[in-house]
Amino acid sequence: MRAAVIVFPGSNCDRDLAVAFEQAGFQVDMVWHKDAALPEGIDIVGVPGGFSYGDYLRCGAIAAQSPICKAVVDHTERGGYAVGVCNGFQILTETGILPGALLRNAGLKYICKTVGLKVETSNSAFTEGYNAGDVIGIPIAHHDGNYFADDTTLSALKDQDRIAFTYTENPNGSAGDIAGILSENRRVLGMMPHPERAADEGHGGTDGVALFRALSGVLAPA
Amino acid sequence: MKARVHVMLKNGVLDPQGEAVRHALGAMGFDQVEGVRQGKVIDLELTEGATEADVTEMCEKLLANTVIERYEIELV
Repeated sequence: MRAAVIVFPGSNCDRDLAVAFEQAGFQVDMVWHKDAALPEGIDIVGVPGGFSYGDYLRCGAIAAQSPICKAVVDHTERGGYAVGVCNGFQILTETGILPGALLRNAGLKYICKTVGLKVETSNSAFTEGYNAGDVIGIPIAHHDGNYFADDTTLSALKDQDRIAFTYTENPNGSAGDIAGILSENRRVLGMMPHPERAADEGHGGTDGVALFRALSGVLAPA
Repeated sequence: MKARVHVMLKNGVLDPQGEAVRHALGAMGFDQVEGVRQGKVIDLELTEGATEADVTEMCEKLLANTVIERYEIELV
């Protein structure tokens, strides 16, 4: 099982994400944003948190146009798996891989704390290690995590069971309390909270481990 | 040739920064202000022969996120 973690200038959760993948049994390749192709045989792409390109223009906007992101779009269009966390989620919306956009937090403040997340669906490679309705504690650390989408998109996400996680107490103004969403084929997850920061006893919580373990269960060669 | 692109959040999209500016103006005693929307102005220096269509493409692909923003192009 092989994971690629993309490294942009300004990424700062790339190594944490790599460690979480490794602890779940993945071999991890770190892939630089200027590369135009993913390594051969990658099972999943991780787009990490941070402040790619200094959040210039809009969070994730410039990263979404980088050479490697073209390869990530192709990978997902071929049905490949990907997960974007925090800035990675912003980048996936900017590429159009996931719908909607992340606006400035409604309270205008950068928020860094552990929040309650309700698992809305266990029907995905990312969430099948949880039960729908479970409440887990996962840290958030963002200034622009206020999920926005038009009403048609929000209804489609709901009707197609593509809302992966919601906040138990909405910290940032997100529409429908949405913390994470799935692509139409359920193989791409974008989420603002950081499961890789709740993946080791030393982190103060391990509620994120099940996400990476479930992925390794699904992606392990049969 | 130069172009000036105005990027604004669409109507109906919450603009917390504009709202904070409105609060500040109110606190300063400017009771005349009912609402504030904050946007961006991007000036482009273009080569000879560049067209408005080129700038539109730039807006659609990078300068604006049309999920949440609208843009206006002014050729100078």
